[in-house]
Amino acid sequence: MNQRSIRRLTLFMLLAPFLLWIALLIVLPHAGIFTLSLREKVAPLVYTVGPGNYLDFFREPIYWNTLLRTASFSVLVTALTFLVGFPIAYYIAKIAGRRARGALFLGCLIPLWVSDLVRAYGWMILLRETGVVSSFLQWTGIVSVPVELLYNDATVVVGLVYTVVLFMIVPLVSTLDGMDNSLIEAGYNLGGNGLTVMRRIVIPYAMPGIVAGSIVVFMLTAGSYLTPILLGGKNSMWFTEQIYEQFITRFNWESGAAFGILLLLFTSLTVWLGLRLSGQSLASTVARNEA
Amino acid sequence: MIPSIRPPRPFMWGYRACVLGFFAFLIAPLIAAGLFAFNDSLFASMPWKGFTLAWFTGDADPKIGLLHDRRLLKGLAVSFLVATLVSIVSLVVGLTNSFLFERHRFPFKGLCYMLMIVPLVIPGVILGISILVLASGIANHVESRFGYDPDFLRPGLPLVILGQASFIITITSLVISARLRKFDRSLEEAAFNLGASRTRVFLTITLPYLRPALIGSGLVAFLVSFENFNTTLFLVGSDAPLTVTMYDRMLKVGSTPVLNAVSLLLMVGSGLLALVSVFVQLERKAPRAGSRAPISRGAG
Repeated sequence: MNQRSIRRLTLFMLLAPFLLWIALLIVLPHAGIFTLSLREKVAPLVYTVGPGNYLDFFREPIYWNTLLRTASFSVLVTALTFLVGFPIAYYIAKIAGRRARGALFLGCLIPLWVSDLVRAYGWMILLRETGVVSSFLQWTGIVSVPVELLYNDATVVVGLVYTVVLFMIVPLVSTLDGMDNSLIEAGYNLGGNGLTVMRRIVIPYAMPGIVAGSIVVFMLTAGSYLTPILLGGKNSMWFTEQIYEQFITRFNWESGAAFGILLLLFTSLTVWLGLRLSGQSLASTVARNEA
Repeated sequence: MIPSIRPPRPFMWGYRACVLGFFAFLIAPLIAAGLFAFNDSLFASMPWKGFTLAWFTGDADPKIGLLHDRRLLKGLAVSFLVATLVSIVSLVVGLTNSFLFERHRFPFKGLCYMLMIVPLVIPGVILGISILVLASGIANHVESRFGYDPDFLRPGLPLVILGQASFIITITSLVISARLRKFDRSLEEAAFNLGASRTRVFLTITLPYLRPALIGSGLVAFLVSFENFNTTLFLVGSDAPLTVTMYDRMLKVGSTPVLNAVSLLLMVGSGLLALVSVFVQLERKAPRAGSRAPISRGAG
């Protein structure tokens, strides 16, 4: 065999696993739920094609309210995560001394590796009626009866921010770490105050990191399941819970598939919009961030 | 700190206090989850009733510890099996993907690269339901056509493994590609010139160079699989991995602190894996001494 045909053979052998993976586990399954979502049941085992499942979604306020609620909470959580995460990342990358920097970064990474389930469980132990915070408040005399701090929206938002904040901090630290300090010094030398330097120099420089962090955080929040249910209770009205309900509890796969497609459309549109507005691409943000 | 810029002192103290507060916020639920594994009470809640190891070793009825809890142990074993297989699959496909994208040119390469990254931005729940729908569709079809029920396409471990691998492959591909991109190809050429075969060059030059990326991404794959919940939830059959077993118990009122014992175990386990992966990363960044690799391999 000559060099060229060896190269071709190698190419095909490398393409095979890639195509199998993408076709069988990504493209075909999504085509599958899309087809299923367009299937309407007219009688037992008799189906027609139509947009009925989507119309049901818009007809039933509880469904689209849940999606709107999930969407607005996800945007809120992403914004809060940035507000909390940026100062911490800036401190780690630009203010902490050499040794402290490594320790702080490691301190951020280790909780990231702990399962969401364990972290949500920890919050349950802290916040429930018989939990640590409630007992502490009673002990100090601020309240006289046990207080239930779980199962409200504020707790869900704090819990979600807690679950995802490290996915904002880690890319921000690596972006800010690569920024030359002299850029910041030059900003000050040219008469800028702290705020101007932040707004005109640091934030534009850190944009790829900010976008990467925001996309991941937004995606994880909109698609999260454990945190809203465990901290918000059975009535937390999260959209993924609706999908579970349709699929597993009611066994109504057609409408569950339609809900899945809607969630996917919504998250993809938001991610696309974020990339467009910031002039970034998936390869320059999310991919770089993972590697 | 940038030496030439000195913000006012009170500001810096306030800033430091906030950072400290943030780390307290980060660690508080982990400490709570771990500490109550040692509370001598039937519930993981206040008041503190004294220290016990019963939630690890207990074997008498109300206090059944982790070591005697059949379902949790089973879940742990299932998770280990799934995570190991998912890591192997993800490493193999990640390795072929990285060679495909770093070494070859083919039509629609840009589109394919996009498709490779996309699984990372699909919510896990959607990956779960879409694979469930496709597999069940095929299984139903086969059953009605040939009268044979393909068990492996019904919810169960094979689907859990495929579902998790569907997005973990992206992670391993990206990590291995990043390392392969920095590889100096003249090393391979030198080996070819010295008469080595393709297989030999791959096994003795390229693969050892990729080792840190393989170990690092393998650990990440293992951990992500072990902790996965959203995708698994829809694909799980009768053998539930640990996360699903734990979740079912958490929803029940009156679950015992044995859950805290499992949590502590998971935290220690993932903390250790995290440390290993950090050290592997350090090795990856450190300048390589030219003769180190062959000598250490010879000695080992």
